[in-house]
Formats: sequence, structure tokens, C-alpha cells
Amino acid sequence: MGKPNDLVQGTLDLLILKTISLEPKHGWAIAKRIQQISKEVLQVQQGSLYPALHRLEQQGWVRAKWSETEGGRQAKFYSLTAAGRTQLEREKESWSRLSTAINLVVDGV
Amino acid sequence: MRWMERFRMATLMLFRRKKETERLNDELQFHLQQQIAENMARGLSADEARSAALRTFGNPTLLRDEARAHWSWGWLEKFARDMRYGVRTLRRSRGFAFIAILVMALGIGATASLFTIVNAVLLKPLPFHDPDKLVMVYEHFRSTTYNNDSGGFSYNWVSPADFNEWRQQTHSFQGMAAVREYGFNLTGEHAELPEVVTAAGGSWNLFSVLGVPMAMGRSFTPQEDQLEANHVVILTWSLYQRRFAGDPSILGKQIRLDSTPYTVVGVLPRWFTYPEATVQLWLPYAQTFTPEEYARHDNHQSRVVARLRPGVSAAAAIKPVSALQYQMHLANASEPVAEEAVTRPMIDDVVQDVKTPLIVLLCAVMCMLLIACLNVSNLLVARGAARRKEVAVRGALGGSRGTLILEQMTESLLICMAGGGLGLLLSALATKWLANHWRDLPRAESIHVDGTVLAFSIGLSLLTAVIAGLVPAISSTGKGVFAALQDSSRSVGGSTSRAMLRKALLTAEITLTVVLLISAGLLFKAFLHLRTVDLGCVTDHVLTMKYSLPEKQYDTKEKIIAFHESLLERVRSLPGVRAAALVSAAPGDGWDGDRVFTIPSRPSSSFQLQNDALARTIDPGYFSAMQIPLIRGRFFTNQERLDHYHYIVVSKKFADQFFPNANPIGEDIQVNWTSKQESYQIIGVVGDTLWDVTQPIKATMYFPILSGVPMITNYATLVVRTAGDPLAISVPVQKQIAALDPLLPVSDVLTLPQIVGRNTASENFSATLVLAFAVLSLVLAAIGLYGVLSYLVTQRVKEIGIRIALGAQRGQVLRLVLLDGLKPVLVGLVLGLAGGVAAGMLIRSILYGTSPFDPLVFAVMIGSLLLTAIAACVVPAIRASKIEPMEALRSE
Repeated sequence: MGKPNDLVQGTLDLLILKTISLEPKHGWAIAKRIQQISKEVLQVQQGSLYPALHRLEQQGWVRAKWSETEGGRQAKFYSLTAAGRTQLEREKESWSRLSTAINLVVDGV
Repeated sequence: MRWMERFRMATLMLFRRKKETERLNDELQFHLQQQIAENMARGLSADEARSAALRTFGNPTLLRDEARAHWSWGWLEKFARDMRYGVRTLRRSRGFAFIAILVMALGIGATASLFTIVNAVLLKPLPFHDPDKLVMVYEHFRSTTYNNDSGGFSYNWVSPADFNEWRQQTHSFQGMAAVREYGFNLTGEHAELPEVVTAAGGSWNLFSVLGVPMAMGRSFTPQEDQLEANHVVILTWSLYQRRFAGDPSILGKQIRLDSTPYTVVGVLPRWFTYPEATVQLWLPYAQTFTPEEYARHDNHQSRVVARLRPGVSAAAAIKPVSALQYQMHLANASEPVAEEAVTRPMIDDVVQDVKTPLIVLLCAVMCMLLIACLNVSNLLVARGAARRKEVAVRGALGGSRGTLILEQMTESLLICMAGGGLGLLLSALATKWLANHWRDLPRAESIHVDGTVLAFSIGLSLLTAVIAGLVPAISSTGKGVFAALQDSSRSVGGSTSRAMLRKALLTAEITLTVVLLISAGLLFKAFLHLRTVDLGCVTDHVLTMKYSLPEKQYDTKEKIIAFHESLLERVRSLPGVRAAALVSAAPGDGWDGDRVFTIPSRPSSSFQLQNDALARTIDPGYFSAMQIPLIRGRFFTNQERLDHYHYIVVSKKFADQFFPNANPIGEDIQVNWTSKQESYQIIGVVGDTLWDVTQPIKATMYFPILSGVPMITNYATLVVRTAGDPLAISVPVQKQIAALDPLLPVSDVLTLPQIVGRNTASENFSATLVLAFAVLSLVLAAIGLYGVLSYLVTQRVKEIGIRIALGAQRGQVLRLVLLDGLKPVLVGLVLGLAGGVAAGMLIRSILYGTSPFDPLVFAVMIGSLLLTAIAACVVPAIRASKIEPMEALRSE
């Protein structure tokens, strides 16, 4: 049996993009937010989070900016670019297609 | 706009990488601190909170590397690191780096130089408009296909009448133009020095067919390209600058050629050097002929260049021309008029003489480069052996094999790049030297380093890096590399597989060297053969010079004869002159001219087997002056003069070929020597002379110059045999000419060996260069051999020490090491001999009179290789035999 917090392959990007789609967030906040919303089911490891963030940044979907947190410390805040927004829509669509398909199979048997 | 974002990130990552790395650290640090804060909020102590946070965080270095791996330019960073590492290792062993870079610089430099020349001469398109559409059109005698020794050529020059018919009656080409070289005495309007200039006749449409715009003025008009038309001339840029100081007011003015005024109508652009750089000025094609010559179908002396119509192939375009030519052949059955017309691309026509030598040189230099690569490869293998443990440790610590190979390749890449850079500098110098010293190299003016050459050199450096680096890198990171960790430092036998590899590389090196040595030896022998070939006459102490009497002043037979005879009389009376004579072209000085003839007593069965022989015009003293032996009959006397000239002397080859087993003396032949078919009686047979040292002997007829026939006897080569240095007599002789006619220039003041040297300069050049490459390769091979053997001896010090301690004689040790070194040499020699024979067969066409199996060449080359190899092996062998057993066994 796999670990419960294993993310479905390729969905981390979708989660990150969705999480920062409302407001810019830093890495820690993104991880916390995903954990919270998913009711502690999804645990994003730092080992996957930061490489993913940097990859998204290199691809021009997110943009990073250093600014102050509520606690008064400097942190790197990630926000969506216009291209990132389009990408989010695309990923959402493909996810819903995929999950529907999986549900069909699972429920059909 | 995503690409803008990506571009921004890429530049950021390229130029602010250090800053970004710091920021990444900050980011991760922030995350860690948030975790610690959270843990503390859950009630853990500061220390516990910190270690718990670190535990969940994992390996921060690894995480950082993983995040960085997504940045752009990661490969560049890795490459730079490998480079730094490579530079550091090379700096640690400067001697090795220096030798390796020097070897590569020589190899790459020489190859780049030759490529520069090959690129400019053979590969670059001609500088004309749409040059792929330009073809040369030649007459073609069907008989020459079957028998090339008959003295004909597959591509026969075109007669003016044939050309005119082609141009008027066929329309399959877009344009068809004729070119003909021609000589003139150029004299000034005032008292400027006279000079002989090479001119060319070009039909009025020549420059438009080629697509060459005039730099100044205009081209010829169709009206000017007529027999009786205004005399006009076009100057080349070099003459315009040299003789007329680039003064544009020359347009419309007159210059004097052979004492006749010609109006300058145009100046050609600077880059235009067709057909040869020696051509100084251009006349309308028709004006270079007498009316009689212009109407003749058998007067083969013009090149014809044609432009193909779009979408029409050369094969299709030539068909109507060839059909027309067949009609003319039938209509002139008694004359040598070819049956058909053929084409070949203009570029092939321009480079035909240098194509083979250039390709041979390029192959030789590539061979040398390959040897240099193998040498560097060999040195790298030796270094790889010294670094086995280091590589094993790195492998054990997790370096993947690919990473290790790449890292080792970086080293050879560095060597080859440094060598390539240095080589490019060397080649810039070498190319300049080559282009200046290679006589008669067509298109030499277009030789310079350009983008293609740069790209070639960079590609070459990369390729050599791969060739030199791959084998050592693979072998030193392969299976069993970890065994090095277990090797006790006291192990006795060196790694045999590595020694095998080095020997294999060495064998390949020797093989290539032998191939190169043999090719070079053959070429050089062929060249020496050319220089020492017997011309058939005396060659020492003979001075020659040419002059040509202008038809305008010398318009009667009497005047021409008077000049020739009084000149001879004056020259013969000079002190130091043994003999002086006149001939239309000296032996070894080229084709000059030929005539076809019929023998009434032996009618030839068909036109196909037409008789053809070289024609020379001589004075009665020629044969004795040049010491050409009389075989039968008699020489000319002063009696064969004026209208009493229907006598000829023939060469031995002529007699053997046309009168086999018969006495030709007294026989008559019908020749078109002057302008009509006339009967000439053979009065003598003399020894053969060569017209070109690279060509077989050709039958020759000699006509009397004292006939004084205009246009045929008004030019001559004065040959003077002297007692002392022939060049010392040249000024007194020229003074005699000036005393007779101060406006008559002389040209080509050369000794007979100089004429031969001039005509074999290109052979000399390529033979010398290939020999130089071969000697360099031999030196490289010797270095390689010495390196390998020294290395093997160092590896076997302990073994040899034990042998000596157990009682082996020093002589035995010496023999052991020597044989070990010579084994790959012998194997390489055998392989190389096979390769050498193959190479010799390939270059057979430029080995004039030298067999590709020449035993002397093979013996000398094998000997020099073996001597060099023994010299390279002896030093390490002696060192091995002097090993002190106690020291060897004690040393760690």
C-alpha cells in the first residue's frame, strides 16, 4: 500500500498553480495551504516543492518577487503570470478529464 | 508573452547566477525557520525543534541542487566546471600540455591551410553571375576516345569558323562566347619602355555571357567584333593601375599594340582574372585573326564558354551544336575538323590541372592530423594510467561513467581547442605563403580565410578532440576500474590491457606514417625524374629569350629575314657565346603548335587516322647549337630561304611513326604550314626532343625560318649556348636586339633548366609539401614510440629489477625492451606497405614515369622508418638495461 500523501503523478504543478492563483504566496505558505485545504491528506515535501517552483518559474508560468511577510521577514512570493493562468486552466481541464475517467472505471466495475 | 518571461529568466539565470544562488539559500532557510517556529509553537525546545525541522527537511544541499537543476544554463555551469577542472589538471603537467597543444596546432594548422586553398580553388563557385549555368564547349575527335596517345585531347580547342557557325546557327544556349590568348608588344605613344603583354581576344558578348560588368567604360559592340573594324581594347584593372596609373582619362585614348593604335573603351573590374591573371588586355575576338585564319575550320585555338538556358541541361543544349559540327566535319573531310562538340562545367575547366595535386595534399595533411590525434590519444592513455586510482575513487563516490568520460574528454577538448586556435594563426601565415609560392594556381586571388574556413577549423578541432579523447576516456573508466583500488602498490606487472591499447594506437600511427612516407617518396621521385629527364638536347649553359616582330614594320619576307640573320650574326660574335640559333619554341617549353599532314605515297585509310605532328620553325644553326643529333640526311642550309622553302626536317619519332622500316629522306608530305596545302620534301631526320617533360615524346616537323613567311616566322625564341654563366650574357644579347630595333621588347629571358623548372613548379611544390608532411609525421611517430616505450619501461622497473637480480644479462634486457618496442613498428610497417601500394596506385596519374612500386623509394622509406624507430626505442631500452636491481626493488 502506497503512502497516503503520495501525490498523483503530475498534479503537483496543478496544486501549486491553483494555490497561488488568488494571491501571491511563499513556499512555506503554499505547502501549508495545500495541507490545510486537503484536510492534511496531501503533504507536499520540500524536496518536491522547491524544484517544482523553480521549474515553473523557468518556464514562465509563475513569477517570483521578494517581499515582506506579515511577520516582517523577507520571503520569496510566487504569483501567477498570464501564461500561468492559461496553463492552470489547461491543467484543471486535463485533471477533470482524468479523474472522471478514473471514476468511470472505478465505479463501473 | 510567455517567451518574454522565459527570456527574462534565462538572462537572469545567465548573468545573475551567483545572486540567485544566494536567494535560493535564503528561501530554503526561510522555510526551515518557519518549520522550527511551528515546532516550537507545538511546545518543543529550541534544539529539539531545530533538529526535528532538519529531519523533515532532508538534505538541504541535495534539495538546493535539485532546485538548481531546473534553472536554465545548467549544462553551461557543468561544462564550465569541467573546464576549470581540465585547465587545472593540464596546468599541473605543463610539459605534456605544451607538447600536445603544439602537435595539434601543427596538424590542425596545416589542414586548415590546405582546406582554405581547396575551398577557394575547388569548392567556391566562380565569381561570375550564376556560375552553375556556365559550361565550356569543346570540339571532340571521336578517335581520341580510343587512343589518347595520338597527341589529341578529349577536349579539343575550337576553331574560329566552327565557333561562328555554332553561334549563328544554334540557339540551344542562352549565349556562347569565345576566348583566345594572344601576345602583343605594347609600346608607348612617347618614349615609354616597350613591353610584351599577354592579351586575349574575347567575342563581343563574352563579358555579358559571364555576367561581368565593366569597372569603367563599356564592353565591345558586335560591330567592333569584325575583321575590319575600329581597333578597340579593354584594359584589365592591373594594367590600368600599373601602366596608366589608374588615370580615368585613358578612356577614349589610344595605346599602341604592335605599333598599331587601339582605342581604350573599357576597364575590367579588379577581381576579373579569367582565363589567367597574366592576361593584361582584351581585344575583340575577330580582330586577333587574319581573314584567312578567321575563316578556317581546322584552326583550333579558342575556348568557348556558353551559358545554359534555364531548365535546359548541358546534354540537351549541346545536341544541336554537335549535329551542326558533324555537318561541318563532313563538309571539310580533308581537314582536321572534329565530328562532335562536348561540354564540361566551367569550374572543372578552370581547376583541371590542380585538382589531383590539391586532393592528394589534402589527404596527406589529413593523414598527418590523424597521426597527431593518435599521438595525443596515446599520451592521454599514459596519463589515464597514472590517474587510475583517482578515477576509481571518483567512481566509487558516485560519479557516473558518463560524467567521468565527459570530464576526461574535456581535457582533450581543451588541448584541441588551444591547438586549433594556435593552428588557425599558423594556417593564416601558411596559407599566405602557399598562395604566393604556388605558381600557376588558378583562382589564387580568391584565397582567404572566411566563415567556411573558420567553421571547418572549429569543427576539425572538435572532431580531433573526440578522436583523441574518446579511446583514452572509455578505456580508463571501463570495467575493472575499481580493481585499481585493490591494487597493492607493490604489484609487479603493469596493466597489460593498457599496454596493448597503446601498442594498437602506435601500430595505427606507424601504418599511416608508412603510407605517407611512401606516397611522398613516390611523388618526390617523380618530380626528380622530371627535373633530370633528358630533353633530347644540351641543357647546360643555354639562355633563351623570346621576341616577336610587329607585322606593321616587318611586312616583307626580306625585312623579317634580315632582322633574324643580323641578330644571329651579332649575337654569335659576342664573347662567351658558343652558338646561337632561332626556334619557334624551345624544347620543354610547351605545345606551341601542330599541323596535320598527309603522305601521298602512303594514303591513310580514313580521316580518323589523320597524321598530326608538332611544328617548329628553325634557322639552319639550330640543331648544331642545341646539339640535337642528325640521324639521317642533312640539316637546313642557308639555301632553304625565301620561296625556296618547301623542305622539312623531321624527328626520329616522326620517322618511326609515319615511315616505319623505311627511309623517309626524299619523301614528300602535304602540309598546310602557311595558308595552303603544299608539298614539303623531307631532307633530314634528327633526334627527338620533349615538348613537355611530363608528356610523352611527340613527332615533330621543323620548317625553315628563313622562308620569312609573314605571321609564321616573325616570332622566335633565341637560344644562346655560352661558355660561362648563361644569365651573365643576357644583358649583352638584349643590347644587340635594342641596337637593331629599340622598340622591340623581349620576354621570358630564362635558361633552359629554368623553363623546365617553371613548367614543373607545381609538381615540385606538391612533392616538397607532401614530403614535409611525411617527415613531420615520422617525427610524431618517433615521439609516440619513445613515449610508449619509456612508459612501459617505467611500469616494468620492478620486473626488470627482479630479472637482473635473478641473473639476467643486461644485453638480454636491452633486447627484450627493444623487441617489445619494435613489434608494433613491424606490424605497422607491413600494414603501411599495403596501404602505400594502394596510395601509389591512386596517385598514379601524377607519378610521371615513376612506377608506384618503385623499389628504391620503398627501400629508402622502409629504411628511414626503421632507423627512426630504432633510435626512438634505444634510449628507453638502454635506460632499462641500466636499472640497478637493489634500487628498483626497494623503490615504492
